[in-house]
Amino acid sequence: MIHAEYLILVVGMGLVTYIPRWFPIFFLSRRQLPQWFSEWLDLIPVAILSALVFPELVTGGNPRHLDFSQPQLWVALPTFLFALKTKSLGGTVVVGMLLFWMVGKLL
Amino acid sequence: MVEIPGSAKENGDPGPIAREGMQAAWPICLGYFPIGLAFGVLAQKAGLHPVEIGLMSLLVFAGSSQFIAVSMITGGATVLSIVITTFVINLRHVLMSSSLAVYLRSVSKGWAALFAYGVTDESFAVNLTRFRNGNWDWRQAMVLNHAANAAWIGSSILGAFSGQFIPAGALGIDYALIAMFLCLLVFQLRGKLYAITAIVAGVLAVILALLVPGNVYIVLASILAATFGVFFRRLARKTNPDVL
Repeated sequence: MIHAEYLILVVGMGLVTYIPRWFPIFFLSRRQLPQWFSEWLDLIPVAILSALVFPELVTGGNPRHLDFSQPQLWVALPTFLFALKTKSLGGTVVVGMLLFWMVGKLL
Repeated sequence: MVEIPGSAKENGDPGPIAREGMQAAWPICLGYFPIGLAFGVLAQKAGLHPVEIGLMSLLVFAGSSQFIAVSMITGGATVLSIVITTFVINLRHVLMSSSLAVYLRSVSKGWAALFAYGVTDESFAVNLTRFRNGNWDWRQAMVLNHAANAAWIGSSILGAFSGQFIPAGALGIDYALIAMFLCLLVFQLRGKLYAITAIVAGVLAVILALLVPGNVYIVLASILAATFGVFFRRLARKTNPDVL
């Protein structure tokens, strides 16, 4: 039922996800990270999230090209404002989905 | 809250510990539920079996990377490229675990290993706040982690089973990921430097996405933008120590 390749994939993903979670708790609980490194790590989440979401909004097609007319971009603006206002993860997901669905119905 | 002697923390009674952990966990569970559901639906649409979907949620337990893995599977990416992408996306947990480590000094290595499994953006944020407030210990934190984990696994399996009844594009489910990222991005905008880094990362990612095929732009843009942010912060401190 489960392919060997898929099993390798999820075990691999599990390991590379677990080790960064475990390593500092195991080794660094009595040590201090170099400051530049903790400053760098501190900026990684915001950088990753932004790098994930921007191309989704303004690029499309294959090969990829710039596209500012996508509903993804226009729905993102009210969704972003909703997130900014409410700070609710579940709420933002529901609102974003609803708006995207409604825009899909209109177009 | 006031620390009451002989409370759950002192006498080790599992009842109140579980209750306190669950009380702090429910907003996380509520947030995970639609995302886990969406993940299950998308993974099912990508051709994964509910058992495979549940297994990924159990072994990985990291939302964004699971969504990306599914989209990469759909795109025909290799196992190695998916694992490397997962590693880079989830490397951020190093910082979270480093901050939490201070509060886990008295915990045995075995329990710490189990705790580490449950470190996510959300559980980290809630646990760290509680630890800092002082009325929290590792057992409540452990309950919180595993309640969130159960919600994640449960909702993704539920999504996997309901996926076949939901037509493609229904209820805007394709937008769940973008909406989640947008909100997590908002959580991360904790000051000017974060906003600048976000803009740099976003612009770089778009440029790289147009120039380089595949998903490598995510990793490249993030590393470059965070490095830029560190230099920018140092430079800003030199010219005006109060800026950032």
